[in-house]
Amino acid sequence: METLDVIKTRAEAAVPGAQLALAPNGAVPAEASLVVDSAHAAAVARFLRDDPQLQLDYCSNVTGVDWLEASIKEKIKTRKLVDGVEKEVEETVEHKRPGHLEAVYHLYSMKLKHGPLVLRQRTANRVDQVRVASLTPVWRSAEFQEREAYDLFGIVFDGHPDLRRILMWDEFQDHPMRKDYVEPDDYEYEPTAHDDVLDKARRHYPVEEHP
Amino acid sequence: MIDEGLRSELSKQGVFTTTVGELYNWGRKNSIWPLNFGLACCAIEMIAASMARFDISRFGSEVFRPSPRQADLMIVAGTVTKKMAPQVVRLYNQMPEPKYVIAMGACAISGGPFKQGYNVLKGIDRYLPVDVHIPGCPPRPEALLHALITLQEKIAGQKLTGPERAPHLQEEAPSEYPIPDYGAYDLDPPKNPDVWQPPVLARKD
Amino acid sequence: MRPDSAEPDLSALSTGDLVVESPAAVPAPPPPATSGFELTPKPATAPDADRGLLEVAIGPHHPSTHGVFRLNAVLDGERIVRFKPVFGYLHRNHEKIGENGTYLSAMPYTDRLDYFCSLSNNWAYALAVEKLAGLAVPERADYIRIITAELTRIQNHAALIGFLLQELGAMGTPLMYAFREREKILDLFEALTGARMMCNYLRFGGCRCDLPAGWLEECRRVVEGLPRFFDEFENLLSTNEILMARTQGIGVLPPELAVSAGVTGPMLRASGVNYDLRKVDRYGLYDRFEFRVPLGEHGDVYDRYMVRILEMRESAKILQQALREVPGGPIVDPKVKLRNFRPKAGEAYGRLESPKGELGFYLISDGSTNPYRYRIRPPSFINLTILEDMCQGLTLQDALVILGAVDIVMGEVDR
Repeated sequence: METLDVIKTRAEAAVPGAQLALAPNGAVPAEASLVVDSAHAAAVARFLRDDPQLQLDYCSNVTGVDWLEASIKEKIKTRKLVDGVEKEVEETVEHKRPGHLEAVYHLYSMKLKHGPLVLRQRTANRVDQVRVASLTPVWRSAEFQEREAYDLFGIVFDGHPDLRRILMWDEFQDHPMRKDYVEPDDYEYEPTAHDDVLDKARRHYPVEEHP
Repeated sequence: MIDEGLRSELSKQGVFTTTVGELYNWGRKNSIWPLNFGLACCAIEMIAASMARFDISRFGSEVFRPSPRQADLMIVAGTVTKKMAPQVVRLYNQMPEPKYVIAMGACAISGGPFKQGYNVLKGIDRYLPVDVHIPGCPPRPEALLHALITLQEKIAGQKLTGPERAPHLQEEAPSEYPIPDYGAYDLDPPKNPDVWQPPVLARKD
Repeated sequence: MRPDSAEPDLSALSTGDLVVESPAAVPAPPPPATSGFELTPKPATAPDADRGLLEVAIGPHHPSTHGVFRLNAVLDGERIVRFKPVFGYLHRNHEKIGENGTYLSAMPYTDRLDYFCSLSNNWAYALAVEKLAGLAVPERADYIRIITAELTRIQNHAALIGFLLQELGAMGTPLMYAFREREKILDLFEALTGARMMCNYLRFGGCRCDLPAGWLEECRRVVEGLPRFFDEFENLLSTNEILMARTQGIGVLPPELAVSAGVTGPMLRASGVNYDLRKVDRYGLYDRFEFRVPLGEHGDVYDRYMVRILEMRESAKILQQALREVPGGPIVDPKVKLRNFRPKAGEAYGRLESPKGELGFYLISDGSTNPYRYRIRPPSFINLTILEDMCQGLTLQDALVILGAVDIVMGEVDR
């Protein structure tokens, strides 16, 4: 498969106006991902699927990721003049990562047997602007998986044919896979090895009860 | 009841004596028809128990009924999720009396390894009275057979008359239990206080 | 709390939950002039109730749904018009629990995903973590992984065919044959890992413990007996008239749709698409072994059955080759830390060919001991995407056969 830079350039040429960016991957550098804006996601996806050199006809995995607002410390090595001598200095740069949700697609080609290409769509925040474009019209396999991301993460996929809750019941209110989800308190008594479960259970027993 | 010594003496002479209650319980305990009801992993071990190697039919329980109307025993085999719990209670309510429940596996007893899950019910005995609990994840088929034998002993020991008679012979004993509703965050109510109360801790630790 | 009393709730009847054709809603058709038995077709635009459509909910308690699974079928007479699966009755929150625990503590949970194939689930997760942390696996461990994964494939396929035949009305007999063989394999697993089903055997960079004494000989003995079982199974089933009549030409899945819908595993290969991750990704040491990838021609249920039979035979071939030459050496990379295992920040997607299809684990690490995101790509869940397409226009009993041939396990579908 071509490198991600080449794919990005060709996709930008093929889909005018598409804003693509590369997201590095510290663990497996070959699997860096392509971040696409939601407005052009479907067009870029069609390009990736139909381009004769890519033919990413198989969308294997679709999932959501919840990124809480966080400040990230990064160590950056720069060259600086220290006392007249140029030295490599390590600096800690702190920047704020706004909270957002992410839909991640892993694409492979069954015809050419290559992959994966990781495609990401990001929402503006975690509260009210949680819409991304659905890629179900491009790859049918995204249908249930996008529903699942909607159910568990609350990402709304525009253009999905049947966006309903899939795992939780319809009356359920929250999105349980979000990092700040608070689960119902239903551990009354648990003789268990899990410390946090035991702590939760203890809260139901005021100390006076046990002389 | 007949005197045990007399009875043993009679049987030595080739005279077999019994009572109506014993005969009734003997019939009941040797033809327990379980509900064909698998929830998760434990169901596979339940199927394995009904296959040739473990052969649950030696104990008269190979007739797995798909319909609750024909079943005597509900083997809750696997994790009961909150989405499934109302259906489990409904199936129990649809079973005719006398009916028994075996909670098979750690999940059915207490949520087991999935206790920390937001959608997992922490034990089916929050809604239903359970007769036999089988620990294990999943319990081996032999453990299921042991539970079945334990249940048979329980049935054989049930009285037919008097204040301690079997629950299905008591007019006032409940035969159906309320079905929980799907709430906005949890089942509503999260437990049936008539069936289950959290045990009181005996000492502070 | 709602008392579920003996008195039926009649209000449901009017809301459309149960479709009852009331004589007032549907005007009686004018008596036909020619025959008194002709059915008058109703306009396609009318609401379901007016067209006489019947809504049937199959499950979540139903013997044919392989667990707690619901299918909302809309029937026009006997024919299926809509067929919507309803999931979540076994949603056990694997992903949330995985994110709350350490990397290693998710390993026993992978056993319970697809509870027929715990060892291949272990391997898929180990593969993803090894990719994330850049770990190597000793040769002996890879051999053990291949042997256990192929044994898992055989017992899964055998049991599935037994269940499929049960769907066709062969109550018990094929399933008993399959479980007889499965028990032999489970005994091997028990000797190796201590558990019949929930093996929890693999570790990052290798396996948990070495093979017990005499295990390989016992395994060879079981594998030698397998071809005889396959012949017996095929003699019993492959040319069975009922099986052929009920499965040939039923549930045809065109290859283009299968690829687009992300169908993987034997179902995809039954549609004629040559995509087996053992050949494509060459994970483990699969490129050392000679085996073929069986492909179907028609993409119907019979092909799915046949592909599984042939895959079992190929698995037995791999096993024979692997058992001939299990190398010595360590079984786990000694550099891998069990405690305080912290892969550096990044992400990885590891996948392998599980008996049901492509099983993948997507992990995001933020440098701590717990995965930031732990995602399971379940093959049997995604294989259900096109269930409705395959069942369109067929009768309900065919649809249940098609569902049986998809090979679903609810632990994996709902996770």
